[in-house]
Amino acid sequence: MEQQPGAVWVVVEQNGGILAEVTLELLGKARDLAALGGGAHASAVLLGSKIESLAEELIAHGADQVILMDAPRLTLYQNDTYALVLAELVKKHRPEIVLFGASYYGSELSATVAAKLETGLAAHCLDLYINDRGEFVQVVPAFGGMILGDILCPTARPQLASVKPGMFQKPDRDTTRSGETLIETPTVLEGYASPLKAVRVVQSQPAGLPLEKAATVVAGGWGVGQEAWHFLDQLAGELSGAVGCTRPALDEGWAAGEHAMIGTSGKTVRPQVYIGFGVSGATHHMAGMKDSGVIININKDPAATVFQVSDYGVVADAKELLPVLLEKIREYKGKSKSQATIKCIQ
Amino acid sequence: MNIAVCVKPVPEPRHYDKIIINPATKLLERKGIPMIINPVDKNAIEAALQLKEQFGGKVVLVSMAPPDTRETIKEGLAMGADEAYLLSDRAFAGADTLATARVLAAGLTKIGGLDLILTGSASADGGTNHIPSQLGELMGFAHLNHLTELHLEASTIKMKTKIENGYVEYEGSLPLVLGVARELNTPRYTTLMGVVIAQNKPFTTWGLKDLGLDPSNTGLSGSPTQPGDLHMPQHGQKAQMFAGEPEDMAGKIIAILRTAGVLD
Ligand SMILES: Cc1cc2nc3c(=O)[nH]c(=O)nc-3n(C[C@H](O)[C@H](O)[C@H](O)COP(=O)(O)OP(=O)(O)OC[C@H]3O[C@@H](n4cnc5c(N)ncnc54)[C@H](O)[C@@H]3O)c2cc1C
Ligand SMILES: Nc1ncnc2c1ncn2[C@@H]1O[C@H](COP(=O)(O)O)[C@@H](O)[C@H]1O
Repeated sequence: MEQQPGAVWVVVEQNGGILAEVTLELLGKARDLAALGGGAHASAVLLGSKIESLAEELIAHGADQVILMDAPRLTLYQNDTYALVLAELVKKHRPEIVLFGASYYGSELSATVAAKLETGLAAHCLDLYINDRGEFVQVVPAFGGMILGDILCPTARPQLASVKPGMFQKPDRDTTRSGETLIETPTVLEGYASPLKAVRVVQSQPAGLPLEKAATVVAGGWGVGQEAWHFLDQLAGELSGAVGCTRPALDEGWAAGEHAMIGTSGKTVRPQVYIGFGVSGATHHMAGMKDSGVIININKDPAATVFQVSDYGVVADAKELLPVLLEKIREYKGKSKSQATIKCIQ
Repeated sequence: MNIAVCVKPVPEPRHYDKIIINPATKLLERKGIPMIINPVDKNAIEAALQLKEQFGGKVVLVSMAPPDTRETIKEGLAMGADEAYLLSDRAFAGADTLATARVLAAGLTKIGGLDLILTGSASADGGTNHIPSQLGELMGFAHLNHLTELHLEASTIKMKTKIENGYVEYEGSLPLVLGVARELNTPRYTTLMGVVIAQNKPFTTWGLKDLGLDPSNTGLSGSPTQPGDLHMPQHGQKAQMFAGEPEDMAGKIIAILRTAGVLD
């Protein structure tokens, strides 16, 4: 079967049959780009073992086509085997653009495939679009996000890009959509022995609500300090939210772990409400939270940069304010609960 | 055991908020910002020095950078590396990661006899984390990035790499290209003695001809990706500001949280 030129591919990331959010976010983007590329296909490239059932889900999220390679050898992600197989698929079908999630796996895989094909790759893109000259523009952060640069890939094909989770909106799931599934076999792996052996994969979900799913994010920066940090956990608890942090708070060991860091080297969040304490507003951090619904920041410096991305700014000492705020919220919740009870009795 | 460490001189990250785009020339202005060795590359040097202490051999530094970065690279010699190779040529300017990896691979191949090539996991200025994988591919060595543990026992090398919420354990054998994460170790400090000794350590500079490279494969002309316009992220939103006693401020915040629908 001949693939029409100009297709936009998304390399699917799945873990034990569960699709990564970033894959679905990229599918929405791939459809937009494909439409601008003159009605080309948006294709999802699905590698793994016993993952056939995911094809439907990918189509429901925007794939026109699923290129499926289902083989025992591909059960676990391994950079060398996945890269070999992908490079072969690219040579065969000649897509115009290939998108990867910029996870640890995705970053490594995209770089390896780019080197195999000697083509261009833009890392950690914040935006992707087709300009009025019909060129694919990839916007990347430099100097930790202080500067944004456009990247073009004029002649080499395909054009590869990696994107962090949370940069694009996940398209709505539409089970009435239809698409084709193209089955491929990993013949390149016949007789190939991996030089490295993955012995064990150890993963544990951090306790509590994942930061990127929380409707309320309570973020703490250097200004909170070690002693007051526990108030953030309690506040997030009262608001059914999750705690995020800046790099210094992570480095000091106050925050729960790397999964809590917001920014260019951490997570991108868009909660309904972001409330930050003692955060200065470095672009590195703001790049990860600026699209939140309502942004409230508490800083003792009235001139803090963070107020430039805030809807509400409170000039106060976070260490003093936090316990008072917590107490008032508890008081308020107690009251609203008793009012609710009274209402029921009436 | 012969180990090469790829080091990249970068403007010191603490000063990145001083970098601006000159509105007239549209070029980056980063005058006065000191250059340092990319911080995580020092973790790679530390790992190499520890292996050398254990198994003997030598540690060489390799960098593709302009000639005025010599003093910065010497910091790595002051830490304890034995030799430095600076790959420098006008024809290397404007390289993307693939064109950079080609030059580094040519330099490393010319040095020869290497058992292990270490890099940092990501550079602070560009931060693509492409180089370890791309260099591995071009050298034909197996490669891993985001290394958090490394143990060499006889001919087997045991490694751990970082992934989201966890890690992967690997086994392999040399030669390898490994991208080191900052969790691997704590880089040693340089001593005054180290700085003095570094002045007399071998420091070689190679250009395009020495490496036998074709200029169409290096620098901007050898790069599949080309830079377009630069921008500075725009903020400039005006917050509604409050100040006062903690009790009053707490009341205001509660009102905002209620309006936003996250507190009922
Ligand atoms: C390449 C690179 C990537 C980076 N990636 C990230 C990233 O992904 N995420 C990230 O967060 N950072 C990142 N950083 C670091 C980033 O540049 C900033 O250093 C960091 O975001 C600042 O954190 P902060 O606001 O907590 O600390 P600071 O900048 O030290 O600010 C502390 C703030 O707290 C205020 N304050 C102090 N005391 C109080 C008090 N008692 N009450 C109220 N306010 C108080 C101060 O006025 C100040 O505004 C990166 C840096 C580089 C170079
Ligand atoms: N120009 C260079 N010279 C030497 N090493 C480099 C160069 N660029 C990148 N590296 C190495 O590759 C690592 C990852 O860089 P990057 O892929 O740019 O994020 C760095 O930590 C360095 O060890």
